[in-house]
Amino acid sequence: MLQPILQVEAYGKHFQLHEQNKLIPSSHNVNFSVSAGCLTALVGPTGAGKSSVLKGIYRTYLPSAGRILYRDAMGHELDLILASEHQILELRRREIGFVTQFLHCLPRQATLDVVAQPLLVLGVSRDEARQRAAELLSAMNLPERLWSVSPATFSGGERQRVNLARGFIAKPRLLLLDEPTASLDPATAERVIGLVEGLKSEGTAMLAIFHHPETTRRLADQVVELAPPPAVEELLKEIA
Amino acid sequence: MNKILEVRNLSKIYGPGCPLCLESTGPEADTNLCPHCGSVVAIHDVSFDLFEGEILGVMGESGSGKSTVVKNLYFDQAPSSGEAIFYDRDKQHDLFALNAAQQRWLRNHRFGMVYQNPHLGLNFNISAGGNIAERLLMSDLMDYGAIRERAKALLARTEVLLSRVDDLPKNFSGGMQQRVQIAKALATQPPLLFLDEVTTGLDLSVQARILDLILEIQQELKTAMVVVTHDLGVIRLLTGRAIVMKYGRVIEAGLTDQILEDPQHAYTQRLVASAL
Repeated sequence: MLQPILQVEAYGKHFQLHEQNKLIPSSHNVNFSVSAGCLTALVGPTGAGKSSVLKGIYRTYLPSAGRILYRDAMGHELDLILASEHQILELRRREIGFVTQFLHCLPRQATLDVVAQPLLVLGVSRDEARQRAAELLSAMNLPERLWSVSPATFSGGERQRVNLARGFIAKPRLLLLDEPTASLDPATAERVIGLVEGLKSEGTAMLAIFHHPETTRRLADQVVELAPPPAVEELLKEIA
Repeated sequence: MNKILEVRNLSKIYGPGCPLCLESTGPEADTNLCPHCGSVVAIHDVSFDLFEGEILGVMGESGSGKSTVVKNLYFDQAPSSGEAIFYDRDKQHDLFALNAAQQRWLRNHRFGMVYQNPHLGLNFNISAGGNIAERLLMSDLMDYGAIRERAKALLARTEVLLSRVDDLPKNFSGGMQQRVQIAKALATQPPLLFLDEVTTGLDLSVQARILDLILEIQQELKTAMVVVTHDLGVIRLLTGRAIVMKYGRVIEAGLTDQILEDPQHAYTQRLVASAL
């Protein structure tokens, strides 16, 4: 097995809600690693904290416990939990992509530009970036008449395709996928699976949550089962 | 990426101040007014870094001190204490150690400011074009023809009709006044721009187009910006990082998506919960 580029050790996340004076456990004692060209799938029941692991790696959530060791393109290892905000932003720009369940993009921006955006940030020319975006969108079966309008009015499945295309376009070293095929019809899901396999063979390391066990079975090189976090009382004992 | 601005322990107190001011004010005390001497602790101990081409959000409600931060940095007011270093190409400027002439030079050449109230940013006695010309003159451009051409180009860029270049600002709509302010602020192509509640009070459709314009400019010119707003939508749309202020103190700082999805402080949690 290749040397992992991401190692998650004893990751934990809980939310402290001050207003209600409540502690909400989310993920607990999560351990796994992800290697280049391999896909690690997170499985487990709803509420086991699968998404919270992805968001903790991306810093959308501030992790509560553990270490997230990442080896960057230069071979330096850093703990993403301790990394500075600017280090995280730089990694998001250059190395780590995240396809979330919902498309977050600037309003009033043409779909082609939404997808091309990650390449523009890397300094690729607008024409070339749009060209690559168009290739990806047609590979994903998104009708060309939609390319010049904003995804704001798109259906769930159409948005999901835009979201995936934007996540794939810059070929990140590490790609986090949160239910990327959940709202796609079978034929489109099949195309997406093909694109994921393509990225994998080009060396992208992936950490994914899939809606269908069948997708996990087909794409995962490694499956990590998450158990629901312990009850609040248990967690409090541990923290104390 | 290089740092362009480093702010450390910035404080501004209005009034005489007393030894009990700091412990008697802030988020825990739930006030910024010192009960012992009546001074207002507008901001205390504000620190942050800004990198080239980055947009930082400063969020908080009225009276949180967020505007005071940018007013100090733009030299509209002098802070009570604290330090700010501006990194300009190969030079460093210790902002509050400079004399008035040096501060004015930076303000005219290297900084830009867009205020919520256009009366603060524009001279209402001269035309839109004249406002821009004024700023170009202050930055040492002297040729009449060149100034006029540049003013026209800036107004065109901010989508102000060229047929209105000689109109007075008072005859413009609120959205147009903000566009002229933005054109004026950008006249010297400053690497650092302060935006203080620039879309507050405008119609939603006008707000949207101003925000689009700001983003386009940021992508074109890579201008670093400090955006002050109470509007979480503006924070979400424009900024990559943000600080949250309450009663003059920074209570939370982080990546914008983290602050909106996993706010840590009780006040930020309430703010985010009430907006969604």
